[in-house]
Amino acid sequence: MGERTPTLRARGLTKVYRTGEVEVHALRGLDLVLETGELVVLLGPSGSGKSTLLNILGGLDTATGGEAWFLDHELSKLDDAGLTRYRREHVGFVFQFYNLIPSLTAVENVALVTEIARNPMAPDEALRLVGLGERLHHFPAQLSGGEQQRVAIARAIAKRPDILLCDEPTGALDSQTGILVLEAIERIHEELGTSTVLITHNAVIADMADRVLVMGDGRVHEERRNATRRPARELTW
Amino acid sequence: MNRPLYMKLVRDLWRLRGQVLAIALVMASGIAVLVMSLTTVESLEETAIAYYERYGFAQVFAQVERAPEHLRDRMREIPGVRAVETRVVHTAVLDIDGFDEPVIGKLVSVPERTEARLNRLALRQGRMPRLGAPDEAVLNEPFAQSHHLEVGDKLRAVINGRWRILTVVGIALSPEYVYAIGPGALMPDDKRFGVLWMGHEALQAAFDLDGAFNDASLTLLRGTNPEGVVERVDRLLAGYGGVGAYAQADQLSNWFLMSEIAQHRKLSTILPTIFLAVAAFLLHMVMGRLIAVERSEIGLLKAFGYRNRDIALHYTRFVLGIGLVGVALGWFIGYWLGLYHTRLYAEFYHFPFLNFRPSAQSFLLAALVSLGAALIGALGAVREAAALPPAQAMQPPAPPMFRKTVLGRLGFVERLDQPTRILLRQIGRWPVRSFFTAAGIAMSVAVLVTSMQWLDAINHMVDVYFLDAQGQDLSVSFGQARSSEVVRDLARLPGVMSVEPMRSVAAKVRSGWHEEREAIQGLPANQALYRVYDAKGRALALPPEGVVISTMLAKMLGVDVGDRITVEVLEGRRPVFEVPVVETFETYIGSPAYMEIGALDRLMRERPSVTAVHLRIDSRYRDRLFRELKNTPSITAVTVREAAVQTFRDTMAQTIMIFISFFIVFACTLAFGVTYNAARISLSERGRELATLRVLGFTRAEISYILLGEVALLTFVALPLGCLIGYGLASMLVRAFETELYRVPMVILATTYGWAIAIGLAATAVSALLVRRRVDRLDLIAVLKTRE
Repeated sequence: MGERTPTLRARGLTKVYRTGEVEVHALRGLDLVLETGELVVLLGPSGSGKSTLLNILGGLDTATGGEAWFLDHELSKLDDAGLTRYRREHVGFVFQFYNLIPSLTAVENVALVTEIARNPMAPDEALRLVGLGERLHHFPAQLSGGEQQRVAIARAIAKRPDILLCDEPTGALDSQTGILVLEAIERIHEELGTSTVLITHNAVIADMADRVLVMGDGRVHEERRNATRRPARELTW
Repeated sequence: MNRPLYMKLVRDLWRLRGQVLAIALVMASGIAVLVMSLTTVESLEETAIAYYERYGFAQVFAQVERAPEHLRDRMREIPGVRAVETRVVHTAVLDIDGFDEPVIGKLVSVPERTEARLNRLALRQGRMPRLGAPDEAVLNEPFAQSHHLEVGDKLRAVINGRWRILTVVGIALSPEYVYAIGPGALMPDDKRFGVLWMGHEALQAAFDLDGAFNDASLTLLRGTNPEGVVERVDRLLAGYGGVGAYAQADQLSNWFLMSEIAQHRKLSTILPTIFLAVAAFLLHMVMGRLIAVERSEIGLLKAFGYRNRDIALHYTRFVLGIGLVGVALGWFIGYWLGLYHTRLYAEFYHFPFLNFRPSAQSFLLAALVSLGAALIGALGAVREAAALPPAQAMQPPAPPMFRKTVLGRLGFVERLDQPTRILLRQIGRWPVRSFFTAAGIAMSVAVLVTSMQWLDAINHMVDVYFLDAQGQDLSVSFGQARSSEVVRDLARLPGVMSVEPMRSVAAKVRSGWHEEREAIQGLPANQALYRVYDAKGRALALPPEGVVISTMLAKMLGVDVGDRITVEVLEGRRPVFEVPVVETFETYIGSPAYMEIGALDRLMRERPSVTAVHLRIDSRYRDRLFRELKNTPSITAVTVREAAVQTFRDTMAQTIMIFISFFIVFACTLAFGVTYNAARISLSERGRELATLRVLGFTRAEISYILLGEVALLTFVALPLGCLIGYGLASMLVRAFETELYRVPMVILATTYGWAIAIGLAATAVSALLVRRRVDRLDLIAVLKTRE
């Protein structure tokens, strides 16, 4: 694995938010490598810079300093159109609040992405992967929270992204439903080999990762590698 | 008000400044149009009345051939008469250096020894004519201006067959000639017709009227019915060649002025009412949606313990905050435009002074209607939000329910991409709101069509009246009926290719209790030059007996084809006869009545006579012909058709067109206001959805398609609808505008629809561009990190 180019690399990444006269240093010289096919969990308290990092890696935001690379493209050099293309072709997002389009059915929400992707899977196939093969034609208002989140996951992976970025995907769900969602992410990761970064507050979830990064104060404080990954269905909290 | 709420109010208004301005503009255009129109009409009316009073404009007028001066005392004895003035009034052909065409001057006598009691002049320069200086004249100001004549200048005139050189001693305005219209003309033409005031005794001598007069004017005691006096004067003057006295209401200049003002009044009520209604409708819609976005804040305030009343008050202030910007803007623009217009009209009418003191009424009315509509719209939304328990209000609204539609089941949807489905379902989910947006755009297009229709209508009127109906190049009129031999004389003049006689007889026409003063015009049975022309595009042949009348006159008299009308001739032997109405025809201008000229001569019991001759000429001989005509003393008017068309267009351009152009500007503002607000509010309602799409890798153009595509689609629906409504409004307006003087035809050219649509599209495009800039600045992260 070590010989191949990592999917994502970051070196000396800094991010400063200026809101009026206050400067917030969200990232303070962060280094990171995400190997191809790896599942990494990012842990850390609020304000530790997890989401900022994810946003920069996902091409939603740009760094103030340092570099971030996707394969051999330097993300920090891309303009808005370049970043849009990067998101469109390589990145899948899952958010805490599912952000489905209320006027589209489950299958249409997925098709939204497959229509603009290069080599997508069929929308109903993506939904079957997350266990929603039976609810293709329901509108978001007709689905439970967990189902909505799984539609969001199907929407994120249907384009066969190189990277799947999940920001607190279980944050708004009860534990039982949360585990269903994690199972879906796990299954995608295994079946498609997608490099995955998952942000969470919940330390239990770290057990399903290849590698765990603990963040604090804009840097990676601690890095550990799990010898074996625990299947999501065995997690409890 | 408590301070935090106050700060929220101020900051919200500032945050939404773009929208506040767009809403205020919509409101301001409604208010400004109403204020502008009402103040203009008010001021014109007041100025005219004050002008009449200050300068002693007479209330009854009479013309005779020749009446002895002692009749003045007899007229003064008529009950209700306050003052009488007798004058000598005659036309003369003038020759002015540097102007080829013959100019017609109306010579009006003024007393040399005393000041005039009635119809006094507003002397602008110089002095009145003196006793013993028979060649001194005071000129009508617009006439003097159009020929650059000044005090001390000289001009030549044929007075009673003799060339005289007149000296300009003064320049003046008169309430009697606000509208100085030459004989046979439709519109004032200051180059070809002018009024000259000369000494009474000088004119008596010049026209062999020593100790006599041919024109009388009277004022009445307050509360006297002019009709009774008119009748008594008529009886008194009948034996002296009187052609019928008439009241101020029928005096030519006043009649034109008043019907203009009346027309203006209609324009000022109908169009601005439409505007104000559209603006109010928009405000209602926009405010409702603006407040609906505030739903969670309303929940929060309630959670803190604010009462519904406090919240309603807060949003009332919010609406008033926006409303006051609109009202202030509307008042200011309206006042300024009102003043501008009044000045413009005062200049056009040559009022010597101007009363611009608009009443508060129109200002208040406009403000109340707009603010009321805005408040009702806003408070409806506030009540909806406040009715929810606070916890629920603070939650994002449940995802709206979407269902498959009939079209979806038919498989229509399957062929569409997802963004298009979002766009269509958005419209389908809120059909009422979509309808209102489309209706708003449609209304602004409709107002555009209605406003611009006037251009088409007036062009069409000119085409039909002057170009289709009339084939003569010029018309020569005589003061009194002349033997028809004059037609042959004129035919022999250089450059004259063909001639056609016309005889006009002053008369009253009656049917039952309806009575109208309307000249009977005699023409050849088949006319080649001046044709009896139906506006639908058909020339009429005149029957050997009976009259052919305009539908307007038929309506005024309440008669139809086959009925008989009584004609009471007011000149010559004053015969009274009954004739059948043989045919009616549609005409846009006036309410004429025609007869075959030979039949008219027989009824008049006179030898063949003419009062005018229409000529077609060879333009190469034009100047020579004009020189000859200037030397023909009996001519009282020469009307060049080309000049008449130009005058008509110019007059329209100076009056109605300026007004209309402002309506067009306001309609554009409306169109912009609707589309900008619709797109802008959609953006704030759907920012989250659009940000999600951006995150998923949709480009700015692609998400703009979803947002603006909705507005664009509604616009496309709205455009034809707007044209349709515009047609309806225009036909309503045209009907309301029908006057005895003219009827505006209902003509809307395809280009007018085209322009209205183009402007509607442009307004949509501009607002889309502005909203697009906001889409570009959409903060992806902030939107996704916060819950709805």
